[in-house]
Amino acid sequence: MNALKQYIDLFDESREVIEEQSPTVLNTLRTTAREQLETARLPRKGSEDYEATDLEAVFAHDYGVNVNRLPFDADPSETFHCDVPNMSTCLYYTSNDAFHSSATAERNIGQVVVEPFSMAAVDYPELMEAFYGKQARMSDPTVALNSLLVQDGLLIYVPDGIVAERPIQLVNIFNAALDMMVQRRLLIVVGKNASIKILACDHTQSADYHYLNNQVVEIVAMQGSTVDYYDMEESTPLTSRVSSIYVNQHEGSNVLIDGITLINGFTRNNYHVEVNGEHAETHLLGMTIASGEQHVDSHTFISHNAPRCNSNEMFKYVLNDHAVGAFAGKILVQPDCPRVEAYQGNRNLCGAPTAKMYTKPQLEIYTDDVMCSHGSAIGQLDEEALFYMRTRGIGIEEARRLLMQAFVADVIDGVRLDALKDRLHYLVEKRFAGTLSNCASCMQACRPDIKK
Amino acid sequence: MKENEKPEKGNQIIEEAAQAEYKYGFVTDIETEVIPKGLDEDVVRRISALKGEPEWLLEFRLKAYRHWLTLKAPTWGHVHVPEIDYQAISYYAAPRKRKETKEIDPELKKTFDKLGIPLEEQMRLSGMAVDAVMDSVSVKTTYRERLAELGVIFCSISEAVKDYPDLVRKYLGKVVPYTDNFYAALNSAVFSDGSFVYIPKGVRCPMELSTYFRINAAQTGQFERTLIVADDDAYVSYLEGCTAPMRDENQLHAAIVEIIVEDRAEVKYSTVQNWYPGDKDGKGGIYNLVTKRGLCRGHRSKLSWTQVETGSAITWKYPSCVLMGDHSVGEFYSVALTNNWQEADTGTKMIHLGKNSTSTIVSKGISAGHSQNSYRGMVKVAPKATGCRNYTQCDSLLLSDTSGAHTFPVIEVGNDTSVVEHEATTSKINEEQIFYCNQRGISTEDAVGLIVNGYAKEVMSKLPMEFAVEAQKLLSISLEGAVG
Repeated sequence: MNALKQYIDLFDESREVIEEQSPTVLNTLRTTAREQLETARLPRKGSEDYEATDLEAVFAHDYGVNVNRLPFDADPSETFHCDVPNMSTCLYYTSNDAFHSSATAERNIGQVVVEPFSMAAVDYPELMEAFYGKQARMSDPTVALNSLLVQDGLLIYVPDGIVAERPIQLVNIFNAALDMMVQRRLLIVVGKNASIKILACDHTQSADYHYLNNQVVEIVAMQGSTVDYYDMEESTPLTSRVSSIYVNQHEGSNVLIDGITLINGFTRNNYHVEVNGEHAETHLLGMTIASGEQHVDSHTFISHNAPRCNSNEMFKYVLNDHAVGAFAGKILVQPDCPRVEAYQGNRNLCGAPTAKMYTKPQLEIYTDDVMCSHGSAIGQLDEEALFYMRTRGIGIEEARRLLMQAFVADVIDGVRLDALKDRLHYLVEKRFAGTLSNCASCMQACRPDIKK
Repeated sequence: MKENEKPEKGNQIIEEAAQAEYKYGFVTDIETEVIPKGLDEDVVRRISALKGEPEWLLEFRLKAYRHWLTLKAPTWGHVHVPEIDYQAISYYAAPRKRKETKEIDPELKKTFDKLGIPLEEQMRLSGMAVDAVMDSVSVKTTYRERLAELGVIFCSISEAVKDYPDLVRKYLGKVVPYTDNFYAALNSAVFSDGSFVYIPKGVRCPMELSTYFRINAAQTGQFERTLIVADDDAYVSYLEGCTAPMRDENQLHAAIVEIIVEDRAEVKYSTVQNWYPGDKDGKGGIYNLVTKRGLCRGHRSKLSWTQVETGSAITWKYPSCVLMGDHSVGEFYSVALTNNWQEADTGTKMIHLGKNSTSTIVSKGISAGHSQNSYRGMVKVAPKATGCRNYTQCDSLLLSDTSGAHTFPVIEVGNDTSVVEHEATTSKINEEQIFYCNQRGISTEDAVGLIVNGYAKEVMSKLPMEFAVEAQKLLSISLEGAVG
């Protein structure tokens, strides 16, 4: 079986239509992608770096692909609200694979460019030419598939020296009334000494259909820039997501990526960071709260290609019921890169006998003057702490919830946006209380100020 | 040889690769019976015939050989094993016994004396039972009679096949089946000798048992097989040492060690591996591709692996524990030192199948010169193995900026009552510590030696005393010129 074949065939049939509707810059990669896919196979469960995850099975489902880019009539900004209280953002929507901007988008005008590729190819051709597809690795079949079929995407460009006043919020929604696969693509270019915070939320409005989001995010952080990318997923059990984030860091840049999975079906997150300049700082944070049949697999790779840079990773999983969690992280320090400090941590709570956790922290070091460490632990809640709380009259369920919240708190505290931090604490509380799923399709209902 | 001029800076000392001579690099001039190079079914039959083996063992070998033909050499290790021409190796080499007397060749005895292995007089002093294996055959096993009084069987595996066929047949290939991996299949087809140990119920073996492996003949491979069975309530401590002559060509060593531990029994297996590592340009040396595994079958059984790996051009070995019995215990303590162009990919697997089983892994890697040193490990807790506990610590010390240190641990936990922890650090030798020592009048070279010894102490302390001294000496010789 080769699940890729159906998509390759689809491409071969409709290559003309796809190329005609896409900006030229996207078409430049298609031939390479097609060649790659000729021999590539999606990894099966148990293959290298996919110990617990079967991508072949995920892609084998018969998804619809919107080759002709038929518009969906619903305007997501009307029906869907995803606000963070006390945070004024510039809001953009991607409904399935189509991009919408909202009224709030104007707030950043004159500072930050947020444009779909179709416009960006006209307005910023050099930029698109220089950065599109340059970070992502085509050797990953999912990236090749994205490059093969993608017709549009979003460019976020912060020119040199600009510090964006407001965070950008990007809400990705699935609301099609059929099983569907989309190729989302994001290119983020942050100029010298510029700064931006981006919050991307993935949602699914309908719990009745199978969706697959195969997305590629490329982030280029120039000298001295600061980039925060918060990636939150709150979808449905039938939603699958394969996300690959590629980061290229230059000298003195500071990048924070925080992946939060609260509710999902199947998720594979790839983080690939190339640190190419001295004094660069990388923070990778991840938090997963999984129950039911949720499956979350994170894979990180940080390559230190320059001396004197720091990286810091912390991934925490709370697994219950039949949830499966996987974490594999690799830190690579290239030869002649002294004074690198790299830390990696992975902590997991298994709350049910049927929950499974796989972890594989790795170090590959080719320079002697470094400080690198990784730690990984799988365990349960501290019995003594639970007992202590119970002696103080706190019920067992409440005590467990409190401890689990405390367990993930330090990942949330790594967030560099106060309003978002508060919001996350609130959402996590609701998630553990089991009331988040009630309003998964519409965030409006779980806002504290609106009673359902 | 160590360079004469004393380097001025600590860095220079560290950069200078260990150039101390490999002191076991001599060749013994002894008549050796070597069968022609090459491998096919006839060779397998011939080995079996030479050793006068029963039919079932030949069948086992042939099955393994046929299976081996279907396999490809594994490439996942972080080592570069060049394509090995399996037809260019001779699979059986035996020092020829003098027909007229029953005594072993004085030349052979001299070899083992040179290696410090007590074969005759010394053995009484050291009080250690030794099985010495040269090339493909076991040449002498000491203390056999005294052990037999207690019912302990300690002999070469070929003798065991003759004298205790039922026992061997019952356990051979049960822990490491010939289908296990490429090198295990090869070994199962052509294994020549090794040690067999059986400790009966309730017996605490009164002395350390030891096997000394020596490759002597050129262009041969060594494929030994060790089988240790500890019956209920038994205890044994087993030591293994290895050396080989210095040669420009690479030689293959593919061994299998199988251990079975029954109820409440304990086995302690210690290795000081000092195969010839190749010269300072990476020429020659032994390819040490070994499968070692123990099965803690019994309730509260315990298996402890301790290894000091300083030799071999390439090391590819993962002494593992299958913790099948409830409350069984697995331990793995390892110091792996690589220098010059050596490559080591070593670690362990702890497979928890029994309830409340516990395991501890302490791995210390030291890389110098242009070497690559990897820890690769797996801790797996099966869904039904509740209440398991594992603690893993793997540290790497880098002594040169051209060496590499890597860790590849895999952890799989299938239930909610087990606790698994893993910690790893990689760093270079602490300059403040060196500075502190310098302040107290300790030279940089000595300081580095002190620090490295302190770093490896946690593992060294697990070795039986006789071995610990040897291992400590070995560590400092291997590091001479590189650190101290």
